[in-house]
Amino acid sequence: MSAVMKSSTAAAPVLSASGLSKRFGAVVAAQDVSIDVAAGERVSLIGGNGAGKTTFVNMVTGYLKPDAGRITLGGQDVTALGPREITRRGVARSFQIPQLCAEMTVLDSVLVAASCGEGALSPWRPARTSARKDAALALLDRFALGGHARRRVSELPGGVRKLLDIAMALTGHPRLLLLDEPTSGVSADEKLPMMDTIMAALAGEPVAVLFVEHDMDVVDRYSDRVIAFWSGKVIADGSPAEALADEQVRRYVTGTAR
Amino acid sequence: MRETSVRRTVAAGVATIALLLAVGWMLPRWLQFLATMAFANGVVTLGIVLLMRGGVVSFGQGMVFAVGGYAAALGSNRLGITDALLLVPAGGLIAALVAAPFAPLLARYRGIFFAMLTLALSMVLYGVLVKSSTLGGSDGFNVARPTIAGQAISNAASGFAMYALAVVVTGVLAIACAVYFASVRGLVSLAVRENELRVEYLGGSVRRVMAGNFVAAAFLGGTGGALAALSLGHIEPEFSYWTRSGEFVFAAILAGHHGVIATFVASLLLEIVRSFSNLYFPNTWQLALGVFLLVVIRFLPRGIGSLWLDRRDRDAPAAGAQAEELQSQAPARNGTTLPGGAA
Repeated sequence: MSAVMKSSTAAAPVLSASGLSKRFGAVVAAQDVSIDVAAGERVSLIGGNGAGKTTFVNMVTGYLKPDAGRITLGGQDVTALGPREITRRGVARSFQIPQLCAEMTVLDSVLVAASCGEGALSPWRPARTSARKDAALALLDRFALGGHARRRVSELPGGVRKLLDIAMALTGHPRLLLLDEPTSGVSADEKLPMMDTIMAALAGEPVAVLFVEHDMDVVDRYSDRVIAFWSGKVIADGSPAEALADEQVRRYVTGTAR
Repeated sequence: MRETSVRRTVAAGVATIALLLAVGWMLPRWLQFLATMAFANGVVTLGIVLLMRGGVVSFGQGMVFAVGGYAAALGSNRLGITDALLLVPAGGLIAALVAAPFAPLLARYRGIFFAMLTLALSMVLYGVLVKSSTLGGSDGFNVARPTIAGQAISNAASGFAMYALAVVVTGVLAIACAVYFASVRGLVSLAVRENELRVEYLGGSVRRVMAGNFVAAAFLGGTGGALAALSLGHIEPEFSYWTRSGEFVFAAILAGHHGVIATFVASLLLEIVRSFSNLYFPNTWQLALGVFLLVVIRFLPRGIGSLWLDRRDRDAPAAGAQAEELQSQAPARNGTTLPGGAA
């Protein structure tokens, strides 16, 4: 790893991944990846296709089990746990292709998310109480989705679905939120406004955010820290200015090396 | 559904039960019996509707229908329990207990695999019942007329008494299902139907929801079986045969998965169509039933319930569009314009 400038934080990291490796046959998707994320940090993961960003996100959220290495959340080992158990320990994610319930309304989607976050799913406690609906609408308002509350998800444009996907992930008040390409499929003009909305919605939350991103303007503007991947390895880790100026990042990720 | 809405559901259910009891008093005996069977079958169908809301269809609901029926019949004939208020819930409970060990396994399967596994279970039971001489073999056996709350029922009053029992039992279960459908778990069931991955990533246990639905559907099926056996005064292995399970699926498709009332409307319609087809086309009544189903699927693909529930849904997006319009007139939040016109 060249020009690695790990940020040092006094507090215990929310996420600590050490020595993660993952192979798919002959393809090395992750190789000795070690990343710590502190509470409240905004960290972007960059790299070309197949660099290992989504594999890392999938390992942290329990979708993939690493071949080697260890993942802890607030000091608790979660390496062997599945998505549901990891979600219950305060990790939430959104998806590159939003994972929603197409025939539900936007409001019901958030109520489902809130219900799942409450633990035991009661067979008699009403799902649509005034208090629950008010809380859901308040969350939707934070994402500027209040006007869509009664629309079916299948009727929503792509960008709005992305925001709903993230809003649903936030209902359980996670300590770590992973966003897989939150601006993919959104027009260039809409990317920054969309990120403004997301960051404004997250402003009051003490949540660490890790987001996979290809747009370097977005990365530069919204990250406290940038981690660059190439060929399953971390090749740079530092502030946006430092990481984006790194020689390997310029050669393998941004393609701006002379 | 708010807490007040739960009370409203219960109040509406109790009023409907009272109305059905009053109407039933005036019905001719043959129609009382037809309605009794429609209610008994409707409870079983309600179990399939409950499963459909989670995205699976059981083709073996005949199994729990038979278990409930045999449990009530054996309780009456062998154990000397004569009261229907004990026999009917016992049928439901024993069916749920029989189904429970299979629930964790079946919760792992979807689509045709779930349907075929449940069908296989019902046919295994059918095979056992047909070969078991102690349970009456292929002819089954008769069941004595039960008492209700300790009161013996005369022959003249038996039609209305069994009708009233069916109305009260199915009414209570219908209210319970309406509350469940509007509950936290009921809403998450609908999400499981659409996107299991998302539910797991939100922290919900898909398998627990599916297993719970399977056991609840078994309870409903067993209760329906007990009601049917006591009303008919007879039980036989045909209760578990695949054609019987098919009829329940038929009724569930007719009803759609959106509500409770539609299930009983569909069950009653099916019973009427079957009875009259049987009367006027004794050799080809299945043909008439098939044509009826084709017509329903062609014109009401979301079931009978869509006749009134789709109208409600159409009103909801309209309200949403109004709110959107109002919001678009308000100053933009966060100073941004979002994709899709949301501000």
